[in-house]
Amino acid sequence: MANTYTLISSATVNSSSVANIDFTSIPQTYTDLLLKMSLRIPTGTNVGLRIGMRFNGASTDANFSTILAYADGSITGSFTSSTGFTGWMPDAGTTSNVFSNVDVYIPNYTNSSNKSFTTDAVMENNATASYMGYFAGLWSNTAAISSIRIFDSGTSANFAINSTAYLYGISNA
Amino acid sequence: MASTYEKIATTTLSSAAASYTFSSIAGTYTDLVIIASCTSANDGAALQFRFNSDSGSNYSNTLLEGSGSSASSVRQSDQIDIQISFNVGNNSTNPSTSIISINNYSNSTTYKTLLARWNSATGGTYPGTSATVGLWRNVAAITSITIFMGSGNINAGSTFTLYGIKAA
Repeated sequence: MANTYTLISSATVNSSSVANIDFTSIPQTYTDLLLKMSLRIPTGTNVGLRIGMRFNGASTDANFSTILAYADGSITGSFTSSTGFTGWMPDAGTTSNVFSNVDVYIPNYTNSSNKSFTTDAVMENNATASYMGYFAGLWSNTAAISSIRIFDSGTSANFAINSTAYLYGISNA
Repeated sequence: MASTYEKIATTTLSSAAASYTFSSIAGTYTDLVIIASCTSANDGAALQFRFNSDSGSNYSNTLLEGSGSSASSVRQSDQIDIQISFNVGNNSTNPSTSIISINNYSNSTTYKTLLARWNSATGGTYPGTSATVGLWRNVAAITSITIFMGSGNINAGSTFTLYGIKAA
């Protein structure tokens, strides 16, 4: 039987000057996409920084919206964002060597409907503040997704060395 | 390399249906994953699952939901199905997405559990996101999964795909 879960591309940050992780020329031959990430920012003291995601070379967050349920160790809550907010990552204000764990599932990324995405994100920290969240995201654009950019939407900082992102294609054919 | 993630079956409903069933599921995988993209004829109905056509009060579930303004949790025991989602809308432009993982589904010694994630993005009628843990108090291997709405039909155009994951 055909393999239906295929690695399209991966990225491992190996220098201190990487501000964006880009997946370009994404094949249009799969049904869904799955992005699995382990990210950290080596600077700052904000504790949890927001991970930004944009599609198809967009330079703004236009047409993005997310809704999430979260817990931070003391409270639970829910809010919306008009950005491509898709999880958190620790910065230098957190326990050393801790990276976030984030899965983003994008179904039907080539069809002509608006694109939704599902994100599960955790950012553990051996201190008071940590985050876990379930996200429902929407990009109100009918174009097929051909590229994905991941970045620090909070402080525009560079990623920590050894941050990783893996993009998989899932096919139901 | 051997394939470890395989499509078992997929469907796109060509017309509205009261339910859809994945049947004759082989016990040759380790785990199952279902990807559902669907809308509901009855605006706001919840997505439900049953296993092996069992309609007895043998199910329970716990849900955590975020509405965009608050988080809440629902607990249900002795149910006749597992509630996978909160409100599924009927807006075909923004179908809700569900990802359901059923681990160790084919053993014949333990009750079966599932973990579900459901999303209805902000363009839909009922925006929200949720996580569900569900239990079927039966030791039988799961050989069929019936998907339906709490009330009304599943709309045409809804898609359901069942994948099998192999550890060996």
